[in-house]
Amino acid sequence: MKRLTLLLAVLVSGLVAADDRRSGFADMTPAVQALQRGDAQNPAMLWVRGGEATWGQRAGAANRSCADCHGDARQSMRGVAPRYPAFDEPSGAPLTLAGRIDACRVRHQQAPAFAPESEAVLGLEAWVAMASRGLPIAPPADPRLAPWRAQGERLYRQRIGQLDLACAQCHEGLAGRRLGGSVIPQGHPTGYPLYRLEWQGLGSLQRRLRGCFNGVRAEAPAYGSAELLALELYLMQRAAGLALESPAVRP
Amino acid sequence: MATRALVHLPAVLRRGEAFEVRATLQHPMETGYRRDSDGRMLPRDIVRRFEARLGTELVFAADCFPAIAANPYLAFWLRLDEGGTLELRWTGDRGFQHVETVAIALA
Amino acid sequence: MTLDRRQVLAVTLLPLAAAPRAQATPESLQAAITAYAGGAEIRDGRVAIEIAELVENGNAVPLAVQVAGVAAGQLRRVAVFTSHNPQPEVAVFHFSPRFAGRARVDTRIRLATSQRVLALATLADGSVWRAQADVLVTLAACVEG
Repeated sequence: MKRLTLLLAVLVSGLVAADDRRSGFADMTPAVQALQRGDAQNPAMLWVRGGEATWGQRAGAANRSCADCHGDARQSMRGVAPRYPAFDEPSGAPLTLAGRIDACRVRHQQAPAFAPESEAVLGLEAWVAMASRGLPIAPPADPRLAPWRAQGERLYRQRIGQLDLACAQCHEGLAGRRLGGSVIPQGHPTGYPLYRLEWQGLGSLQRRLRGCFNGVRAEAPAYGSAELLALELYLMQRAAGLALESPAVRP
Repeated sequence: MATRALVHLPAVLRRGEAFEVRATLQHPMETGYRRDSDGRMLPRDIVRRFEARLGTELVFAADCFPAIAANPYLAFWLRLDEGGTLELRWTGDRGFQHVETVAIALA
Repeated sequence: MTLDRRQVLAVTLLPLAAAPRAQATPESLQAAITAYAGGAEIRDGRVAIEIAELVENGNAVPLAVQVAGVAAGQLRRVAVFTSHNPQPEVAVFHFSPRFAGRARVDTRIRLATSQRVLALATLADGSVWRAQADVLVTLAACVEG
């Protein structure tokens, strides 16, 4: 009887096992949360407006706008951002959302790709991502992404830099504790691109990751590098199911 | 890139009822106290004055200093008996100027 | 979790370890306040400052100043000052006697370090009222450089 009770207890606890993952939103002070909640207060909306304008602008030798093919992004782009990065057949590698926007720009608009982290591509990324605000992060179950995700996890757990720290040490082991008065978040990319108070501007997940590399005094991989792509893929997999908040605000 | 501003007013504005105008301007508000990566002081480049006018009448103004955050946000309240054109004007260093106009119709 | 004194000192000393910068002195703050108030006596009260007690990043701190017990049209100006920014002035707001809807203004300010924020309101009758709030500013510990 005792053994049966024990077995039942173990089964039940397994079934109701808490998902203790949370977005960095939960770790922010109420004042900064309020900045994100109000579209009239969220500084990221400045870039969203820019992206909305760029979406409708004809460009390139093809003289086409995003809208010409995709119509109203609020409908057509809904569900897109949560499943990026995704595999791109023509290039045989995964693409981030910004990479996908660039690919469209080059292939379909016949215009030069945007510079990484440029106002134009960040605006478009914000406009496209916002169309999926509230939707759960949905990484594709695409086996071609598996080796990239595995590489991303290896990088995530690898000690790097002069401070000899791995992402996992702070963002898993010490998440919820404080570093210098700020709460250490779990590091889920739920709100990119986002307005970071530290940057006083909008930036991508790659910008944030490069900042982390600098933070542990490691050499930061270049924008668009395989390492950052692998990390993005792993992080989005790790955040699967959490709601997208783009465009978010963070301290 | 063209300067962007966001201006929010409530959807319905009523005669004699107070309403909030919320305005955000895209501007770095470079304080003049920061250094670049070579250690050189970045020169001050801020919005110095914000004015809201209804027609020609000044209805709200702000003198801004470097301690106003980047992408400056200002929210103020108006109570109007007549509609009109609300003009928001930001001016600052290096001849900076940006204007937004909002048509105000009162229910 | 509250910060103990050693931790507070540690974070507030961080900006001093970085590049040297100007800082408002008590004299410059007083001079700025006196310049604003003219000769008027400054009284405590009526003014309320809405600002977080603990701020994660001093780059953009929401701030509201509201004046109670006063019709919107009776408020002329509100000035905001800080004690430990490179300079004390933050902003001066001017209100319309005819068109002001509320005696309130919201903005976002920069705080270089933990310090005192002061708001002075001038009413139509020339009286000047003051409020102050102490804010603890923590800095990004993981410095991106």
